Parts: sequence; C-alpha cells; structure tokens
Amino acid sequence: MAVQQISVFLENKSGSLVKVFRALSQAGIQLITSTLADTADYGVCRILCNQPDKAYDILSKEGFTVNKTPVLAIALDDRPGRAADAIACFAEGGLSISYLYSFLYEGKGVLIFRTSEMEKAAALIAANGLVEARL
Amino acid sequence: MEYSPYFNPEFELLDRGQIEALQLKRLQDTVASCYLGSPFYRKRLDSVGVTPDRIKTLDDLRRIPFTTKQDLRDTYPFGIASIPLDKCVRLHSSSGTTGNPTVVLHSAKDLHEWANALARSLWMVGCRPEDVFQNTSGYGMFTGGLGFQYAAEMLGMLTVPAGAGNTLRQLKFFTDFGTTVVHAIPSYAARLYEVMCQQGIDPRRDTKLKIMAIGAEPHSEDTRRRIEEMLGVKAYNSFGMSEMCGPGVAFECKEQNGMHIWEDYYIVEIVDPETLEPVPEGEVGELVLTTLNREAMPLLRYRTRDLTRILPGKCPCGREHKRLDRMKGRSDDMIILKGVNIFPIQIETILAQYRDLASDYLITLNTVEDNDDMTVEVELSEFANVDDYAYLQNLSKDITRKLRDEILVTPKVKLLPKGTLPRAEGKAVRVKDLRKKY
Repeated sequence: MAVQQISVFLENKSGSLVKVFRALSQAGIQLITSTLADTADYGVCRILCNQPDKAYDILSKEGFTVNKTPVLAIALDDRPGRAADAIACFAEGGLSISYLYSFLYEGKGVLIFRTSEMEKAAALIAANGLVEARL
Repeated sequence: MEYSPYFNPEFELLDRGQIEALQLKRLQDTVASCYLGSPFYRKRLDSVGVTPDRIKTLDDLRRIPFTTKQDLRDTYPFGIASIPLDKCVRLHSSSGTTGNPTVVLHSAKDLHEWANALARSLWMVGCRPEDVFQNTSGYGMFTGGLGFQYAAEMLGMLTVPAGAGNTLRQLKFFTDFGTTVVHAIPSYAARLYEVMCQQGIDPRRDTKLKIMAIGAEPHSEDTRRRIEEMLGVKAYNSFGMSEMCGPGVAFECKEQNGMHIWEDYYIVEIVDPETLEPVPEGEVGELVLTTLNREAMPLLRYRTRDLTRILPGKCPCGREHKRLDRMKGRSDDMIILKGVNIFPIQIETILAQYRDLASDYLITLNTVEDNDDMTVEVELSEFANVDDYAYLQNLSKDITRKLRDEILVTPKVKLLPKGTLPRAEGKAVRVKDLRKKY
C-alpha cells in the first residue's frame, strides 16, 4: 500500500515555504514529516501529512505547482542495523530507488522510498517479511 | 436561422482585378484629401513633386515617401490630420513611454468603418447575432476595448464589456451570461484557464465558450493550439494597431492559415526594413500600410514596424484579400545579443512546444563581466513532474539546448513555480533589458 506524498515546487526565496505550511495548517492538516531539497534556482518540498488528497487540492487551488506521488513506507524497529537490512533486501532484489529518507514516528523507524517499480517493490517487501508503515 | 457566410459580400468576394481597381480609386481619393486637408502631407508630397493627379496606377504609390511613427510624434498632437478637429469625434493615443504619445483621430464615418471591418472579421469566423460576446480588453485608450465593443454591437451580438482583469468576475460572467465569444490577448487566455482550474471550472462542461479572438501580442501556432485545447474553443488570430484604427486590419478566416488583410481598407506592402525596397512575394519584411477608407487621419505608406510576410497562393475560403502570416515580432522588439539578432517570438515558439511549461515567460538581459547574458525564466505547468529532480534537470537542459539551436546563443534557463512571474493586465512584458549602456 503506497503512501501519497505531496511535492511542491518552490522558488528559492525566503517565505515561499511558509506559504505552503500556512495553507496546510489553516486547513487543519497535520504534517507527519517534510524534507526540502534545493538547487541554486529552486527547491522541492516533499510532505507527508494526515490528509494528502485534501492537501493536494488546497495547494493546487492556492496556485502552487504541486504533484501527488505514491511512495512506499516501511516500518522498522528503532534499532541499529534495521534500515541497513531493509535496504540490503532491495539492493539484492535489484530494485532501483530514486530517493529515500527516514524518520521516527510513534516509536517506530519509518523508511520512505520512491521507486518506479512498485510491483517489484511490493513483492520484495512480502518476500522479506518487511512491514509497511501505517501513517 | 440561415445566414450568409459573408458580412460584406460586395467587398469580401471581390477578385484581384476588382480589388485593385477599387484600391486605385480609393488611393486617388486618399492622396487628394491628404494633399488638400493635411498641411503635413501637402509639404511631404510637394517635396517629392507628387500631386494627386500624378497617381495613375497603384505602382505610383511608390513615389510617395514613407510615414513613420516619428512623423506622428513630431506632429503631436493633431498635426497630421486631414480634416478639422471639429469634424472629429474620437481620439485614441498610445502610452508614449518612449517619447511623445501618438494620437489617432477618428470621424464618425471612421468609427463606423472600423466597426464594420472588425464585424466582418468576427462574422467570418462564425460570430452571429445569437452569440454573447465578452471583451476582456481594457477600455479607454487601448483600442481593443472600444474597437471590439462597437464591432460586436454592429454584428448584433449581446456584448459584455467586462474590461481587463478581475479574472474571477470574468469567469462568473462566462457562466452566468452564457458567453460564447471572447476577445483576449493570448497571455490572458492562459490566465483565464489557470484560474478556471483553481476554481474547479471545466470550460467544456461549465461554459458555452466556442470562439476566441486573440491578438495584440505576437504568438506562435503552438500557443494558439494550446489555448484551443485548454479552453475548448476555436481561437482566431486578430491583427490591428491603433494607427490603423485598431483591431480589424487583418483577421484569420476559418482556415486558420494566415490573416486576410482587408484590401478595400488598406494597401499592403512588405519592404526590407534596411533598404526599404519591396521584398519578393512570400518573404519576410516590414509591413507598410496605406489607409484607403479614412477621413480624419489617412496615413500614406505607414511603416508599422511589424515583421511579417504575405502568404502565397489562394485561400480555400474564397476570399482573395491577401493573407498575412503571423507577426514575426516587431523590428523594434529585436534583441541584439552578442551581435546576434533575436526575436522574442523565436523563444516563445520553443517554449510552447513543452506541455510541462506554462505560457508565461520572461527574458532578462544582463551584463555579466562585460558580456551580454540572457536568462529565460519560465513557469512550470500542472503537467510538470516536480517530484523528480532528474526530470527537472533534464527539462532545463533540454530547453537550453533547443533555445541555443534556435537563437545561436546559450541562455540560462530558470524554471519557476506557476504564478510567479508578474501578470500583465495589458500586453505582457516579455523582455527586460538590464544591460549596461555604453
């Protein structure tokens, strides 16, 4: 089960991120996590939140350049080595991952990754006894 | 109801011989009224020894010197007119950002003829009295406002003089009044769609829009197709300029292949902007117009600064009035960068090929370490995959490469979120020149 992630394209300018977060908070949407990567010219903010469909609608309506992307979320025990084990499964299975990030959520480690091979990923998750995170 | 496909069949269906015979007669009348009524033209014509009786053929037009925008400025405000001011009923004027404004005077008959030429154009693309016409042009001095208003009324449409801007109100009028025909500049057509998307309005489902007249900004074929696809309309290119009244000088027919210039109103010449000699038929040059049906302020061989060409061949629509190709820009819009001549329309044509890009863009010229430098900023559309960096990087690289191939200079391409570039209510600003002047 993929998780819907919101990606917002932003100008590399102070204040542009605030507008995104304000729009979400005013709609009563709660963030789970967010990452911001930037180049010299622009930034892309990736957001996980409790109501991704609503977040997408609101941000589009506000005129943001925004996408909704399915990503996979794996729940891991918060112990050294668990993330390495999980990634090793994907590497051995030959899955290509375009990006990955992790965070702690309700006492569990969560590993988020994006792949264009969703079916292959689902098979590897099942074969290796990995657990998808519920966010 | 059954209508004729022609608004002025007696003029629209003239063959070449008839058009030229009418033009000669009207040219003789026009030169005579300039000579008798306008001190400016009397002096100009005397300086080359052309009296009205010397105009025996259409080729004799070439004995007359060109009229330029500078002539209009030098005679500001009323000096070029051929009738006394008390016979005039309307004045339009340009903004005058680069010198004295240019003033254009109209008699009551001029206004009638202007409306007729544009009503004829609108009728040609299918506008009928049952239609509801909404004009998103600014009223006032910009001729796209009153010009379309009078024409749409003459045609018999219900007209909604919405004026410029206030996009939410425009959309409300579309849905509440059942607007079927819209006049908008191309950049505003894109803006209308953008706001429709934000408001959850589907133009095909929620409006009755079917015809759009787009003009006043040079635009590419891809831009037109995009407007048609976005709004579910047929979009027709409209050409005019305030010196020639305004819109209604030339207009596309349903073939959408070149704009018929109404030759009962104008004599068209295409000249090399450097040598001022006529270019061979079909080649690009500066458009030069002589008015044939104007009382207050006839203009002889006016250099429009617009670059275009005459499309060769006959139009399948049956009208033999010549067809102008899309404007290739203005000879004044030309950017000279590192010694290369570049027209903004070349850049727009490339950008419009990308579905991932919106239609707004801005070209900024700078001096970096004593060298010319060009940055092209362009907004992403809703189709851009902004989650994917590799895609975004490849997109900028690809645009850069295509632009370099077209303009022979490598620009910096900067992708922007949609809605970032300033929106113009009038003509969009496409070029900012911040280079050091030596």
